[in-house]
Amino acid sequence: MESDKFLIAGKHYLSRLLVGTGKYKDFKETQTAIVESGAEIVTVAIRRTNIGQDVKEESLLDFIPKEKYTYLPNTAGCYSKEDAIRTLRLARELLDGHNLVKLEVLGDPNTLYPNVVETLEAAKTLIKEGFDVMVYTSDDPIIAKELEDIGCCAIMPLASLIGSGMGILNPHNLEIIIDNAKVPIIVDAGVGTASDAVIAMELGCDGVLMNTAIAAASNPILMAGAMKKAIESGRDAYLAGRMKKKFYQADPSSPTSGLIK
Amino acid sequence: MKIYVNGQQKSFEATEICLSTLIEKLALNEKKFAIEYNGEIISKGNFPLTFLRDGDKLEIVIAVGGG
Repeated sequence: MESDKFLIAGKHYLSRLLVGTGKYKDFKETQTAIVESGAEIVTVAIRRTNIGQDVKEESLLDFIPKEKYTYLPNTAGCYSKEDAIRTLRLARELLDGHNLVKLEVLGDPNTLYPNVVETLEAAKTLIKEGFDVMVYTSDDPIIAKELEDIGCCAIMPLASLIGSGMGILNPHNLEIIIDNAKVPIIVDAGVGTASDAVIAMELGCDGVLMNTAIAAASNPILMAGAMKKAIESGRDAYLAGRMKKKFYQADPSSPTSGLIK
Repeated sequence: MKIYVNGQQKSFEATEICLSTLIEKLALNEKKFAIEYNGEIISKGNFPLTFLRDGDKLEIVIAVGGG
């Protein structure tokens, strides 16, 4: 739909599906799945390089060209605002001054639940330094609003725990967050299959970010295509406006008059 | 001279070595990477001007798959 623009930090995207690049069998599979998903924004992690290894070693950047995709460096594995800020400063240097980042500050290694206190502090510093911050957070509507108010360019609440595939556990909180927001709301984490992505979009989310749901499917390439359709279908259903639910009262679709007697 | 690269100790006989030379020695020339030197980001243009000292700490990072 031409007028249904998806804008993040002033840039227009056609796809509302954002995907991660982790957990794939190899870079070739990563590339094929991303092409199939139609995603334009892809997350990457920043890690120490192996010292003294093969100079010709394959690199993710060779398979997912920086010119074709919007890279979204993340702070996965960071448990403090200091580590998250350090990581994203390095990411900006690595990606030639690229400012769009995904901030996540984790609070616990078992649940990977976000530490929203550290996240807020890190976001303030990063925004001051000129970063466009897309922020992973809990589904707490008050924290989501606070993150928007300090200047985050997209709020990304979890649907359920990272990598859990448990789907949308609290649709009502997501609805409150969506209703109160003026920036894009993107469900990040917890989607397990296509119907979860449809539900997120039908609720009115602006997009969905996923990695494991595609990469850990038995056939990641097929799932990538399924997710693309799910996002489009859910968005269209949201825009179309669903019918009102009628509890315990049927309503026939065929005419009630003109029946043969 | 001993320096720390990504947490690993590296020893060099030379007393004066700049970041550009270090990159060559570590065979990182063809990679896309970024460097933090004692906690500060060093841009590529400043590699030849940054001379390492005993005990310096470097972090050299790349982009990898992640979600």
